[in-house]
Amino acid sequence: MNRGAWLVSRLLQIIPTFILIGLAVFVLARLLPGNVVEALLGDRGTDEAVARLTAQLGLDKSIPVQLLQYFKAILQGDLGDSLAMRIKVTTLIADRLPVTGMLTLMAMVIAIGVAVPLAFVAALNANRWPDLAIRWVFQLGLSSPVFYVGLILLTVFAAGLRWFPVGGYGDTLGDKLYHLFLPAVALAFSFSAVVMRNLRASILAVLTAEYVDFARAKGIAARLVLFRHVLRNALIATVTLVGLHIGSLLGGAVVTESVFAVPGVGRLMVDSIFSRDYPVIQALTLVLAVLVSLAFLVTDIVQMWLDPRVSR
Amino acid sequence: MKRLSAPLIGGMILLGAVMLCAMIPDVLAPYDPLGFDFAALLAPPSAAHPFGTDQFGRDMLSRTISAARIDLQIALFATIFPCVLGVLIGLFVGWYGGVADMIFGRLVDLVVTFPFLVLVIAIVAILGPGLVNMYIAITIVGWVAYARLMHSEVLVQKAGEYVAAARVLGYSTPRILFRHILPNAIRPVLVYLVSDMALVILLGSSLGYLGLGAQPPEAEWGVLIADGKNFFNQAPWIALFPGAVIVIAGLGFSLTGDGLADLLEVKR
Amino acid sequence: MSGDLLEITDLKVTFDTPRGPVHAVDGVSFSVGRGEVLGIVGESGSGKSVTLRAIPRLLHANAAVTGRALWRGQDLFAMDAETLRRVRGGKIAAIFQEPMSALNPVLPIGQQIDEVLVAHTTHDRAARRRRGAELLGLVGIASAATRLDQYPHEFSGGMRQRAMIAIALAANPELLLADEPTTALDVTIQDQILKLMLRLVAELGMSMVLVTHDLGVIAETCDRVAVMYAGRLCETGVVAEVFERPLHAYTRALLQSMPGEGAARAQLIPIPGQPPRVDKPVPGCAFAPRCTLTEARCASERPLLRALAPAHASACHAGERLLAETGP
Repeated sequence: MNRGAWLVSRLLQIIPTFILIGLAVFVLARLLPGNVVEALLGDRGTDEAVARLTAQLGLDKSIPVQLLQYFKAILQGDLGDSLAMRIKVTTLIADRLPVTGMLTLMAMVIAIGVAVPLAFVAALNANRWPDLAIRWVFQLGLSSPVFYVGLILLTVFAAGLRWFPVGGYGDTLGDKLYHLFLPAVALAFSFSAVVMRNLRASILAVLTAEYVDFARAKGIAARLVLFRHVLRNALIATVTLVGLHIGSLLGGAVVTESVFAVPGVGRLMVDSIFSRDYPVIQALTLVLAVLVSLAFLVTDIVQMWLDPRVSR
Repeated sequence: MKRLSAPLIGGMILLGAVMLCAMIPDVLAPYDPLGFDFAALLAPPSAAHPFGTDQFGRDMLSRTISAARIDLQIALFATIFPCVLGVLIGLFVGWYGGVADMIFGRLVDLVVTFPFLVLVIAIVAILGPGLVNMYIAITIVGWVAYARLMHSEVLVQKAGEYVAAARVLGYSTPRILFRHILPNAIRPVLVYLVSDMALVILLGSSLGYLGLGAQPPEAEWGVLIADGKNFFNQAPWIALFPGAVIVIAGLGFSLTGDGLADLLEVKR
Repeated sequence: MSGDLLEITDLKVTFDTPRGPVHAVDGVSFSVGRGEVLGIVGESGSGKSVTLRAIPRLLHANAAVTGRALWRGQDLFAMDAETLRRVRGGKIAAIFQEPMSALNPVLPIGQQIDEVLVAHTTHDRAARRRRGAELLGLVGIASAATRLDQYPHEFSGGMRQRAMIAIALAANPELLLADEPTTALDVTIQDQILKLMLRLVAELGMSMVLVTHDLGVIAETCDRVAVMYAGRLCETGVVAEVFERPLHAYTRALLQSMPGEGAARAQLIPIPGQPPRVDKPVPGCAFAPRCTLTEARCASERPLLRALAPAHASACHAGERLLAETGP
């Protein structure tokens, strides 16, 4: 199979994935024990109010009809209305998603920027003190909950030293980056540990690969052996890893946004749980899953571009 | 027999300390964790209160010790249930293959598309906050990792000579599955289980912090931190010490998990 | 011999392993003359590959290497990094056993040739590309220009080994170190590759050290042979001479254990026992526990390599006996 054909078939795979995601969210939303509407309205539920809300949520129809309407609405870009804020969910998400996107991206950049060089240092000094020190710090990263790291950063650098704002979001790009820096660091801490650990292992594996010895035997500069032959091959494994962890990064963003009062979709999700805003929760679950599946797609394409063996 | 490695011993010591707190909190805690002391509100760490006190003058050391029980319960329940479910599914799907295998593959692909925490939160949102619902949510999402591990192990074992021999001897399928394949395939699953305990401690305390997991007055480290976050400027110790204990428990489980993987030569 | 290109003296390699030191090579000396093909033969674990890789200092940090390796009078083991870099690939090239793992899977073959030319020549890009195509042609790869842009996985096993040879030859080295270059290949392709290597060595006037476990390969390709056992050199000499009249008990056993040409009816005698583990240096002869010609001193006194006939040396206490048996 050539690259073009591979790419097309990979792109086409996204369609059944989307349908399955939609179906899963639909099923999930109907798991709710008891009557949603009565749960929502509680004691205030007059018969009339119950009927109105039932109709609004489309729950008066049969399940197949509901499913059909649900998919039709999604295709038309309609994810329903927020019960708490009385605006379109799509507007709400479109407003909040860029914030989360930026936070996640920043965390990714920070994590990779820290983890890649340190993984190199650790692997090249395997089992000597720099390696042990780096591994211990990152072991700590793997064992620290993101909200706790966030709280510590908040106390030290925002409340204490006043280098950063305690929360919120700015207006200009620079201001936004400034506001998101601490949350991104908190989010990056455990993620960089994951990247470091895996990259270190793959560098160690690559270092003993025959093609690295062969490259050394060629008499090319040590620097070239390291970058062209070791790093490049080790990074290919890391790309997959980063792609697979987009989901956990988004999950971490939900918590981080709550700690730092960042107005992203994560905070929206947690807020919606307490206001029982089911349409928002349902839509966010859908959107985030779609985003992750798109991230998987991008990962596969990057992987193909980096590794000539993939498309064969 | 390989020697016990330093990380494994270190991990087990940390875990031992946490377990001790969970087993005999009344003996270890210097004060009643719920006892108010209005003479010592928001008192900083001192000899009398090594972890300080909270806004009601409750001794944070005692509160932290008494919270160990629920967090260890989370580590246990939030791994055992997904593990049992996942192992059973992986076992049967791996053994029977065919259509079941195809559906399984699709289902796994689907579940991993959802961010783990987002899916757990969504399910908790539907079922309502609380520990039991949290366990249900984690089980619905978390079985996949165990099932995948088990599935691939079963495929390896299925091809083994001893399975063919057992079949020839006319053993029943349940007997082959549970008496022969399961014991041989379970080792990587159990190692993963220990490492997973580190993850669910972090997950459980995060949900507790967000107000979706353990509910006050249940003492849980994440809940304690959420309690203290409003006083973070004046009294950072309220949140600092329970958080440090989460890190210790997380370290304990992940070091033990890594050490076991090394010891039992399980590749990951 | 002052005309020697490469002269190895008392090479010792000790690996530091979690289970303690392993003495993989234990005092090996040999030399390679200009235009000469030297074969090093031994069972797996005999230290032959380690010896070869120690020469251009390709072993990793867990290997402690002592001794001398004089390349045109200069000690490779004492050389600074830049001088060594210029010798590697430029003067002394290497090819490995497993072309699939020795070629970088994510770089096109052309680039893997090109980086040698960048390192050792002053050619510009276009000249390097021409040279790359020429090299692939030289090793018998058709439609070389398109092959340059392909990746290792698009080559067959034999083609990959040819590509590896092309890479090794890129900078016109004077000595080729070949580590079991045909072991991983099909028998029919083995023969093609060996013939190719012999032809190239002759045409380009190179010397070669060929490591193999296959006595047949030695017989076909080498001028001289060095037999290794348990990290030590047992016997060296001209191939025909050594095969005709082995003066070391191990070489003799090895020759009797394999089917020879012509003597199809001769009984094959397997060597009893296993090669020893080289955890600790053996005081006497390492082969003694498996030997049928042992004397009392074999267990305690280490036999030294000494010339027993013209251009034929052996490190066997029974060497003189074997020499007497076969006559001058």
